[in-house]
Amino acid sequence: MTVYLDHAATTPIRPDVLDAYTRALQVVGNPSSVHKFGQDARNSLEAARDSLAASVGANRSEIIFTSGGTESDNLAIKGLFWQRNAEEPSRKVIITAGTEHHGVLDPVYWLVDHQGAELALIPVNSQGEFDLDWLDDFLAKRGSEVALISLMWANNETGVIADIGRITELAKRQGIPVHSDAVAAFGHTPVDFARSGLAAMSISAHKVGGPVGSGALVVGRSVKLTSLVHGGGQERSMRSGTMDAAGAHAFALAADLAIRELASETARLNLLREQLVDGVLKISPDAIFSRGEAAGLAGTAHFTFAGCSADSMIFLLDAAGISVSAGSACTAGVNRPSHVLLAMGRTEDEATGALRITLGYTTTADEVKLFLEAFPAVYAAAKKAGLPSK
Amino acid sequence: MKVLAAMSGGVDSAVAAARAVEAGHEVVGVHLALSRMPGTLRTGSRGCCTIEDSMDAQRAASVLGIPYYVWDFSERFKEEVVDEFIAEYEAGRTPNPCMRCNERIKFAALLEKALALGFDAVCTGHYATLLTDEDGNLELHRSNALAKDQSYVLGVLNEEQLKHSMFPLGASASKDLIRAEAEARGLSVANKPDSYDICFIPEGDTQDWIADKLGNQTGEIVDRSGKVLGSHEGSHGFTVGQRKGLAIGRPAADGRPRYVLEIRPKTNTVVVGPLAALAISEMAGTRFTWCGQPPKNTDDWTDVLVQVRAHGDAIPADFAILNGEMVIRVKEPLLGVAPGQTAVLYLGTRVLGQTTINRTVSAVSVDEEFATEHPTGDSLVGA
Repeated sequence: MTVYLDHAATTPIRPDVLDAYTRALQVVGNPSSVHKFGQDARNSLEAARDSLAASVGANRSEIIFTSGGTESDNLAIKGLFWQRNAEEPSRKVIITAGTEHHGVLDPVYWLVDHQGAELALIPVNSQGEFDLDWLDDFLAKRGSEVALISLMWANNETGVIADIGRITELAKRQGIPVHSDAVAAFGHTPVDFARSGLAAMSISAHKVGGPVGSGALVVGRSVKLTSLVHGGGQERSMRSGTMDAAGAHAFALAADLAIRELASETARLNLLREQLVDGVLKISPDAIFSRGEAAGLAGTAHFTFAGCSADSMIFLLDAAGISVSAGSACTAGVNRPSHVLLAMGRTEDEATGALRITLGYTTTADEVKLFLEAFPAVYAAAKKAGLPSK
Repeated sequence: MKVLAAMSGGVDSAVAAARAVEAGHEVVGVHLALSRMPGTLRTGSRGCCTIEDSMDAQRAASVLGIPYYVWDFSERFKEEVVDEFIAEYEAGRTPNPCMRCNERIKFAALLEKALALGFDAVCTGHYATLLTDEDGNLELHRSNALAKDQSYVLGVLNEEQLKHSMFPLGASASKDLIRAEAEARGLSVANKPDSYDICFIPEGDTQDWIADKLGNQTGEIVDRSGKVLGSHEGSHGFTVGQRKGLAIGRPAADGRPRYVLEIRPKTNTVVVGPLAALAISEMAGTRFTWCGQPPKNTDDWTDVLVQVRAHGDAIPADFAILNGEMVIRVKEPLLGVAPGQTAVLYLGTRVLGQTTINRTVSAVSVDEEFATEHPTGDSLVGA
């Protein structure tokens, strides 16, 4: 018996979505073609756009389909920076957080290294919450120099949820566009683009039960951004390339299913997560539930364990048929101390003992029970194996 | 047994893991991440640290149908291998980082972690043979594939480490046979080139890398009488036995080439002299270990063979432990032995023990060197 508790990495494709996706893949037609095949594909794509727009609380024209979260983040950050900086060259500052996903951090660092951007990192407290008083203060002093703010809606490792409404309210007075990486949040906590005040927001299909390779950037109707990918000008001239009608269709369907069951799933997963957190803290009294009392995603339980290495715990759990994550992995598959935890003020040793257990729509009470049954022996052996630095 | 197969991404460790699986052990593959730069993607095989190597190891594990993980030992590796390597060079010594990695990482940090996590042994692709004597004691011997024999770099293992080690390639006749076996087993690494360089030195140029870490500082080149012959850009750029790169304008009195005899890091001085003065008659070290059962009597001089580098010859010698120091007297003068190198003692094919060399005694005294008749060095054993 295997137990999959790594839904934040990717969640299983929903059976209805898989069915609809494979059928859609068999339909011939480029949405940009003028003949009947093209028109059918176009209709399917636009129906997906309508549906997804309804799921995120956006206007249909605000949905720009992309290949996923990372492309959406790149388009938003580079596109908004170039646009705003070109309008007002004195605006060079990008405000973001050290706890962001690499999909955000790396394009920001690239702009700093190659395009003259200046980075301002918002302070983050030990539970992963942004210091919005600092943001208020910074904007009062240097708001006219800020080109862009990018702060994630929910953190992919700790699950902590940000107060996006307050951030956009502060930015609005200064005419600063705000982007949010909502890849972890969308489908798992209420997300309403229209009410958020955001200029742009990234979402991804495979985090809500859709296929990998399908995502979207939601871009406000009045927002202008410079394109990264030039070509046929499909997708509001912001993103070129033949549109993936089947992927969009699958994404829209998965999002619709996730949003329909959001309230009931949140309640169900909150209960399961509480059981899991209580159980883990009983087994390991010196474990720390990373986001503490801060608001967070129902299905995300992230801990640090003193004197244990994530390598050991993941190996032992995997041997017991249970799949979890350390929260961050590099290309070579090695667990590194998470930059998110380091940004939250944890030491490298503390961050080495991080474990992320994420529940999803397929998770059952039995699976949480199996995890808690396996964990005491895992924890004891991992503690014995100690840290690699010792 | 539950066996942890250390998989570098190369052909040897892949075949070793395959043989452990075939022998009926429960095998888990582990690749050691040793670089502090996780994103490094280098071309070719450099042994330990690259994404390419990690992916190759993963592919091999997948062919063998065993679980596979990457474990991060980069912090320990930096502290105990890389930093020590630099410190040794800074102290004018010539370290062997692969031995240090075996001593501190593969058969220490990794083995300890493996034992704590319920494994019985660590399996590697080293060419060496584990045998049991009539009393049931473990002995480490040279590999049957003598050209590839790696018993030298395993000389640092003690009895406890041998008990939890597995070297399935030891009985193989040659590397070509291992490659053929890898091919037959469907392992994609069958034709991957061997790695020869130090894994953490990206361009393979140790002197440049060390100069980059330690910086350059002008110092004197002298002979053993103390006469200044020239200058250099940093003593750590030299190794004992080096002949090229000595910017000495004037030739030696006898017209023969001069070699680096000694490095004195405290005064940033490089000492040079004729080939004959490079030969040593004795070497000794206080940091020694026994590979398996220690010899019963170490007070009296005992006949052994000594090897001072990974691919060098073993030379007849006597050794004894005198005042807590392992003293080794070679029976023929031996060239180019530097402090920091490891002397591994052999009884026939069996590894007896090792010491890190702290001091050497030249076969030619200073007086002899500067007497009118210069020893020619023609009869010396090359290293």
